[in-house]
Amino acid sequence: MDDSREVPPAMVTKGLGWSGREAPPAPPPAGPGVGEEISGRFGRGEAEERFRELEDPLREIPDETEVDVEHVVGDSRIEEVLEGLDRELVALQEVKGRIREIASLLVVDRLRRLLNLEADPPTLHMVFTGNPGTGKTTVARKMGQILYSLGYVRKGHLVSVGRDDLVGQYVGHTAPKTREVIKRAMGGVLFIDEAYHIYRVDNERDYGQETVEILLEVMENSREDLVVIMAGYKDHMDRFFHDVPGLSSRIAHHINFPDYDLDELMEIAHLMVEQQRYRFSEDAVQAFREYLGERKKQPRFANGRSVRNALDRARMRQAVRLYEAARRGRRLTKKDLVTIEAEDILASRVFEGGFYKKSVPTGER
Amino acid sequence: MSTGLHITQGTFSYLPDLTDEEIKAQIQYGIDNGWAVAIEFTDDPHPRNVYWEMWGMPMFDIEDPAAALHEVKRCREAFPEHYIRVSLFNPALTKMTTALQFLVNRPPHEPGFRLDRQEVRDRSIRYTIHPYAADLPHGDRYRNGRE
Repeated sequence: MDDSREVPPAMVTKGLGWSGREAPPAPPPAGPGVGEEISGRFGRGEAEERFRELEDPLREIPDETEVDVEHVVGDSRIEEVLEGLDRELVALQEVKGRIREIASLLVVDRLRRLLNLEADPPTLHMVFTGNPGTGKTTVARKMGQILYSLGYVRKGHLVSVGRDDLVGQYVGHTAPKTREVIKRAMGGVLFIDEAYHIYRVDNERDYGQETVEILLEVMENSREDLVVIMAGYKDHMDRFFHDVPGLSSRIAHHINFPDYDLDELMEIAHLMVEQQRYRFSEDAVQAFREYLGERKKQPRFANGRSVRNALDRARMRQAVRLYEAARRGRRLTKKDLVTIEAEDILASRVFEGGFYKKSVPTGER
Repeated sequence: MSTGLHITQGTFSYLPDLTDEEIKAQIQYGIDNGWAVAIEFTDDPHPRNVYWEMWGMPMFDIEDPAAALHEVKRCREAFPEHYIRVSLFNPALTKMTTALQFLVNRPPHEPGFRLDRQEVRDRSIRYTIHPYAADLPHGDRYRNGRE
């Protein structure tokens, strides 16, 4: 080295560009191995590889080595998660089965890692399809928490976005906007509800195409950083996948949410009633069953959402009934306040031929 | 041939260059403290150069350092022969200042600095640090004679 050309290092190295008057806060230790083996270039290539070598000398492990399954299973809270799912979600066997598969895979992965058997993390991007009210959004919202407790994502937060959050309004606006959203979701789950709105094939000047391209790239290259879940109605999603080739194959899990049958709807109703701290009287159970049977036949039936709406209306009728009774001087008890009676349900328009039947005059009910 | 001068600056000026894992750990520390993450780059190595260019917007609402590292990698791809640094900005009312700042990329070859002496009145000497890289126009530096 030609020393005469150089300034003494101290002159250049001392706090360049550091303008703060106070001392910088104590940073965390910069990590293992600093100052020992790693030097020179930044974490690209050699240094990083060197690091891995230090950490993981290729050890020979005999095939008969046993692993501590119980410890890993207990550690990952898997049983807890699966039980919670069974408790909170009615039916949806396919969904639960899929989550069980994912959970098992993650456990096995962890066991393999104990023996230095590395494999790429599994792809967990998902599509939920199904009719309105079948629980797509509910499950997606839970998914962040589930994947977090299984140790697949690092943070477990859920970023829920629609077309407006991803697609820009003018040229050059879309890419930064989409990247911003993706960065926000990293470490967690990016949930795109009604994803088919992103891309409008009939309008070739639509900026949605750009969003789709960035999404595809990220889904492929940043698999360990983020899980993308798309949800939407079956036929719309099918058309979306048809219009965007390459998207469907990048999503490993296509899960269909079937319509609920009458028993399952009743189970949902019971869960909801319980959550809101109400009770059905015995007659009311029967009446609600009849109600659902009728409502299912009518147009725009939205499964779980219809159940919730029906319950909300029943609550309102109960409130009117109680209020009127109280005005007439009746004393109300706790039992009155928590019980939904058959008459609260039977007063529904559904029994008169339905919400959408024109001949029925629209009144209070 | 001279190996040049390995420039260091910022919070970890006393350490060797951080690996990607270490960069991630530092950014996580910043996120945990509620600091914003910014990425800047320049090809002017002078210590008094405070005008670095920003790579995109500062990141205020990321949860995971992978997002910031993703941007660092994109910046390295675009400017492999620039200095790139990560700044963590503490927006707390009584602070409002950069809390932590470190280099995450440097040119493969750093030619170093020259000391210029200027003789002024009464034989006094004034000193100036002149980076050899600055002999070339902005954008052409650190190319090692390549076209």
